[in-house]
Amino acid sequence: MIALLRKQRYFIDYTLGTMMRHKGKSLGLLTVYTIIIFMLASVMLFSHAMRSEAVALLADSPEIVVQRIQAGRSVMVPADYLQRIGKLRGVTEKRGRLWGYYYDPAVKANYTVMASEQDQLSINDIVIGEGIARTRGLSIGDYLTLRSHEGKAFSFRVLRLLESESELISSDLLLMNPEGYRRLFGIDESLYTDLVLSVRNPREIQKIAEKLTLLLPDSRPILRTEILRTYESLFSWRQGVMLILLLGSVLAFVIFAWDKASGLSAEERKEIGILKAVGWETSEVMRMKFWEGVIISLMAFLIGYLAAYLHVFYTSAGLFEPVLKGWSVLYPSFQLTPSVDGLQLATLFFFTVLPYTLATIVPVWQTSITDPDLVMR
Amino acid sequence: MMLIELTDVRKAFNQGKPNEFWAIQGITTQFEVNRITCLKGASGSGKTTLMSMIGCLSRPTSGRIRLQDRTISSLPERFLTQVRRHTFGFIFQRFNLIPGLSVVENIMLPAYPLGLKASCLRSRADRLLEQFLLADKASNPVEWLSGGEAQRVAICRALINDPQILIADEPTANLDSRLSREFMSLLDQLSKAGKTVLISSHDPVVFDSPVVDRVVELEDGLVVSGEG
Repeated sequence: MIALLRKQRYFIDYTLGTMMRHKGKSLGLLTVYTIIIFMLASVMLFSHAMRSEAVALLADSPEIVVQRIQAGRSVMVPADYLQRIGKLRGVTEKRGRLWGYYYDPAVKANYTVMASEQDQLSINDIVIGEGIARTRGLSIGDYLTLRSHEGKAFSFRVLRLLESESELISSDLLLMNPEGYRRLFGIDESLYTDLVLSVRNPREIQKIAEKLTLLLPDSRPILRTEILRTYESLFSWRQGVMLILLLGSVLAFVIFAWDKASGLSAEERKEIGILKAVGWETSEVMRMKFWEGVIISLMAFLIGYLAAYLHVFYTSAGLFEPVLKGWSVLYPSFQLTPSVDGLQLATLFFFTVLPYTLATIVPVWQTSITDPDLVMR
Repeated sequence: MMLIELTDVRKAFNQGKPNEFWAIQGITTQFEVNRITCLKGASGSGKTTLMSMIGCLSRPTSGRIRLQDRTISSLPERFLTQVRRHTFGFIFQRFNLIPGLSVVENIMLPAYPLGLKASCLRSRADRLLEQFLLADKASNPVEWLSGGEAQRVAICRALINDPQILIADEPTANLDSRLSREFMSLLDQLSKAGKTVLISSHDPVVFDSPVVDRVVELEDGLVVSGEG
């Protein structure tokens, strides 16, 4: 057993020596390989993180959102719709929400503004997300001035900053008193942006949604599961677009790697002949080449994946951001919560490390099964 | 005492094709232990082909090769490698050292598959380096060596697994006559130390050397003189 391990160590030592002897080739291959892994892993990590963010975002959201549709457009919901809904079996809570967007020209950023009753905010107080605080350089006690629908300026005092598991939820969020919200945007007391219904039993949601469309024919109930599905397919679609864009470079790499790995030079063929002539078995020559493939592909995988992790979670995927995030969440910037999908990691591993390692072995096998007496000539 | 026995050994290249060529056309001979035997002949006479078959680097097309009491000509590749690893040490015409590796790494190469303890392997290599006056060159890349030094490194590599038989194919082809004579005296020492040496050459410094016990002359794949 110890002799076997020692043998492997000798083979790895020899392989590392061989790679050092062909520094240019090894480094070139490693660099290109690492870049490919980096790009693929970045797209995968980013899309997965975005999907996780979406799940986190919707975890506490109500099961049903009711919007009012007029001429195919979403419009404000009259407050008396809450009475019209009445008491539906299975609905544990129903309330109206006030929310919208505010474009801040000073920093060219869109804020999501929500009226909050839970926070007991006074009319001049606001609670803001980390993104807004970062962009506007605000801290607790500072004032943020917003321009109302009539052009009047209102100053709000920052009462506290939002903390959340996901920055995507809170980054651009601005919470204020409902009265302050109505004053800022000029919304009548009798209107809400939408209504939300909480349902305890998930199996009842569909039925409740059907009843809602009968009770309120101009309403559109949106289910949480539908939103999740939409997010899921949106980011999967964006990931797909990105992967197709990368396909060209992946193919170029496959050709490059196949050529480098499978095309043995005359020098390498001679070396294999010498090794066999001095007493190495075919399997030992192959093991040596196997280690070469493993070392290169594993290093590329680890470096590429680590770089992708840093790229996605520490630089907010600067390279792919415009394609993957979309316009609506570009401002303000936010940091993704690190999250890795084991299956995705394994898939990337098996589709990169294994094929390359096999590509290195096949030509060696072809060469090493020939008689070693070629070195005598 | 007989060590290697060849019975009607033949070797064809490109068999069945229009360019079929019989390099060895039926050789029956024996080689004895502790002796230096030289295969002499012009280029294309079949020396290298015969040596490679004896050294288990290739198999005869027909005929039988026996090593001691064992027929090696019909062994499968895996067993052939085992025999080659433990029984033969090779010194090639162009030395065939691996460039980029150091002298000592080249020497230790045949021993890697044995999985010896690193310290044991290194001391074995150091002993050979001392013996062949290469100790100060141990960590030099082989490209820095002169012809004579490269030759001695090749000998050290051939001896690292302590083989019973040394096979040297045209070992003096790249050496001047002084270095060739030096090489022959090294072979003499090895023979006296109990090694059996098979050497192929068309260099008079080799086949006329007093250290050579027997000369077998080949021509067109047949033994023309010195049959055992």
